[in-house]
Amino acid sequence: MSALMWELCQQQAQAGSPELQEALLNKIVCLPDHVSNKLQGKTPPVFFPQNYFPFLGGAIIQVLQKISDSLREEILSVLVPRLTDLTKSDCIWQRICWRLVECVPDRWMEAVVLGFVQRAPGADALSRLLGNLVVKNKKAQFVVTQKVLLLQYCHTTAVLQNLLGYLSLDSLRRALLIQVLQELLETWGSSSAVKHSPPEQQQYISKAILICLSHLKEPEIKSCRQELLTSMMEGVKCHLDSNLPQIRRLGMIVAESISLKINTDGPVLKFQYEEDDEARELKSLLVQAPPFCVVPSLPDDERNEKADAALPLVLESNKKSHTAAPMMPDEVSDAELDSDDDLIPYDMSEDKELKTKAPVYVRDCIEVLTGSEDVDKWEATVKALESLVRKNPAATREVSVELAKILLHLEEKTCIEGFMELRQRAQVAVLTTDPIPVAKYLTSQFYSLNYSLRQRMDILDVLVLAAQELSYPKSHGKTKHSGAQKPCIQLLPGSDSSKDWRRIVDERIKSKTRRFATGPSQVELASGPNEFNSVAGHFFFPLIQHFDRPLTTFDLLGEDHLVLGRLVHTLAILMYLAVNTVVRKAVTAMGKALLEFVWALRFHTDSYVRQGLLSCISSVLLSVPTERLLEDMTEELLETQSWLGDVVEKDPDGDCRRLALQNLLLMENLKKKLKTVPS
Amino acid sequence: MALPPPDPQFVLRGTSAAVHALRFSCGSQEPDVPILFSGSENGFIHVWNLKTHRVDTALDGHGRKSVYCLETMGGKDRLLSQGRDQRICLWDLAEGRTAVTDSVVTENVGFCRCSLLKLAEGRWLMAMAAKALEEVQVLELPSKTSVCTLKPEVGAKLGMPMCLKLWQLNCGSQPLLLAGYEDGSVVLWNLSMGKALSQLVCHQEPVMSLDFDSEKAKGISGSSEKVLSIWSLNEQQNLQVYKTHKLVNAGISDITIRPDKKILATAGWDHRIRIFGWKKLKPLAVLDYHTATVHCVSFSDHKNPSERLLAAGSKDHRISIWSIYTQT
Repeated sequence: MSALMWELCQQQAQAGSPELQEALLNKIVCLPDHVSNKLQGKTPPVFFPQNYFPFLGGAIIQVLQKISDSLREEILSVLVPRLTDLTKSDCIWQRICWRLVECVPDRWMEAVVLGFVQRAPGADALSRLLGNLVVKNKKAQFVVTQKVLLLQYCHTTAVLQNLLGYLSLDSLRRALLIQVLQELLETWGSSSAVKHSPPEQQQYISKAILICLSHLKEPEIKSCRQELLTSMMEGVKCHLDSNLPQIRRLGMIVAESISLKINTDGPVLKFQYEEDDEARELKSLLVQAPPFCVVPSLPDDERNEKADAALPLVLESNKKSHTAAPMMPDEVSDAELDSDDDLIPYDMSEDKELKTKAPVYVRDCIEVLTGSEDVDKWEATVKALESLVRKNPAATREVSVELAKILLHLEEKTCIEGFMELRQRAQVAVLTTDPIPVAKYLTSQFYSLNYSLRQRMDILDVLVLAAQELSYPKSHGKTKHSGAQKPCIQLLPGSDSSKDWRRIVDERIKSKTRRFATGPSQVELASGPNEFNSVAGHFFFPLIQHFDRPLTTFDLLGEDHLVLGRLVHTLAILMYLAVNTVVRKAVTAMGKALLEFVWALRFHTDSYVRQGLLSCISSVLLSVPTERLLEDMTEELLETQSWLGDVVEKDPDGDCRRLALQNLLLMENLKKKLKTVPS
Repeated sequence: MALPPPDPQFVLRGTSAAVHALRFSCGSQEPDVPILFSGSENGFIHVWNLKTHRVDTALDGHGRKSVYCLETMGGKDRLLSQGRDQRICLWDLAEGRTAVTDSVVTENVGFCRCSLLKLAEGRWLMAMAAKALEEVQVLELPSKTSVCTLKPEVGAKLGMPMCLKLWQLNCGSQPLLLAGYEDGSVVLWNLSMGKALSQLVCHQEPVMSLDFDSEKAKGISGSSEKVLSIWSLNEQQNLQVYKTHKLVNAGISDITIRPDKKILATAGWDHRIRIFGWKKLKPLAVLDYHTATVHCVSFSDHKNPSERLLAAGSKDHRISIWSIYTQT
């Protein structure tokens, strides 16, 4: 329908016959009546009047949209380049252009200014086209200084460059530039903005700040140095507090740039962050691009000549040093004819790299790690510990808690490559060998005094890795723990494993081998039982118990929201891995506890924590058997569903919204599944 | 088919401490017994009788502080020892005496072994690390007068001197000093002017030991890294890197070239002694006897080539004596 109307409108531009239009219009309006007359009661629903006319209205809107777009496109895309060329050399054309834009009525000012800003090839072109419009016209000023920079964030970097460059080119407008910078910094430095605005907007504002900084001149910087410093300090604090690495990095780059500008001599702020394309792009904004004008050819040639002259000198000196080096060996090898050939070498095949021997018993390892002064032995022990623990589970079980304690407090004595990984793997090995006491120890330490945040997060990592390993016995914990991982639906084999066990036990009895340990590492099965189920509770409940009880050095609900985020994600993974737990009450209890936990924290301001909470909900929906969900947890589910709805609509973070939507869909699917199963 | 490496001819036990310094004195005629002097970490200098393989005398002159350098001054009756008590002692051991005749206080707390050079009968030059961090002092013995003090330029940042070698091309020519420093460079010093003639960066780590063959104007240095560096001196007295040799394990404590300049021995932190041919640095043997770091190696000065020995002292308190490549 809209295509038809669009055709008509296009024809309007050329001289079309009015009668054809009349006829078509008539037909369109009377279409429902005609159709129902013809089809006599079998009319499709779209032709009913109450449906048809709204549909017609919609089609009209579409056409009008197309018209307005094409107008804007056509007019401005033709107008701007022509004006740019004309105003380049001619003052009179410039004045004409300025008068033209000044006379644009207020209600269209925004569209015109925006169009010019987007299409101008450079800041000076924009300057020629608009003149001092922003100073003279209030609406234009609002659009340029407030709307484009603070309220919108969809424009490209080039647009920002144009706009801010335009402001910087005239002394009358520079005051506006400073004002703009101050407002941008205020927004950048406000902690609520950092927490609640989308990352794309924050990046946009950061880019704008960097471009402003690149245009500022010395005297201006001097006059507002103090302000810049204050805003930088406040802003960097909010940014570093965030859980999202992208925001932290934005804060670091902007703070570094501000510090560079205000401290021209003396130490500048220097952060350590990942240098990828995005970071490099941002940093390049700080350097002002050379003005877009034709450079007279003479200086270019001079510069080129100097560069050419420099190159041959460098090449020559290189050649000289090269010729010097080969001289010596040639001389000497000629002279030495009576060689060492009368000295016959002995067999040197035994000459290999020296390796210190590591202890063979787990208890010896404990001794070495706690007391030994011998650094080489310590190193060898750390490297060998994981495999020793796995090979001697019974011996490990006797000293498991002690070993866990030592590993938790183990610090790097010498510089070993991959120390953190070695330590973590040893901890996971100890935890999987003797889950219950070690889990008890670790979870209690998580909430104890005098541990660093790093250590507490290490505890969480180890618990997750061990849980993963226990639930999939074949893959020995090779997968890395990634924070916000959406668990995929994967059912673990449960039922047929018991038969395999019996067979293995029978065979063993027959062959009369004595094995002390029956851990999963020794069983060669295609599928193994989920070892995690029996100990899941021991991992899960202690972690969830004390989250709201602050200690002097550790406050999950307060400053330490990074750890809270990690804790929430850990609980989600633990819940997910506890799928197919045989004891019904246990899994229901876990699910209920987790949903209550989510409910208590649902308004947390940190988006990383909220993402974790949403993962928790997914885990509950996937792990708890559906009948249990709907029977025992109906109220919690309803509350959760309403919260999810809220999140989908109002949450500022895109990932949260997406996760919430997935959860809602998951809920719907589960309900449908139940309905289709004949009860 | 290469032969397996030989076993030590014999092993000297009884020092009850790590052995840091060794010096042979086997040049004298019968009825004098060939002697090996050893300096230990417990401050004793043991005089070993190489016929009986037993300790004849134990000298206690450094206040139980480790003795890390030993030099003979013309025979077994005159001994020079350097210890961690910041003293260099001169001993008179003739006719059964065990007296310290003179001593030099170095005021240096480092580990740099001193170097001796005989100028004329009864006149010696000794180079040692001095009190100030980067300086080397050269004294004349026995008068103990200072010949010169060698100071690197301001800002050279060479660090401590780690090892020294005084040499002269032939008797009567200019004595020169080669010094290896903490930053990995080897510097050639002119003593009469007190100036550095040439500096060469041989290693990335401190130079632990060096030795020099004045006839071929070629030297070798070892460091705490895995590389042996061989360098040479050209006519303009400039040091140049000639070759490097990569080792299996890092760390060299001591290097010494046999007096006939045919082979050299290195003492390694990996408990092994390595023998190389000096002409082309061809690896000849790896002697694996000790169970801890080998601190020092020394060749004997036997007049009869077939009796020549190599001694190695280690942290495991033992001294191994080897007879190797004696036929050439």
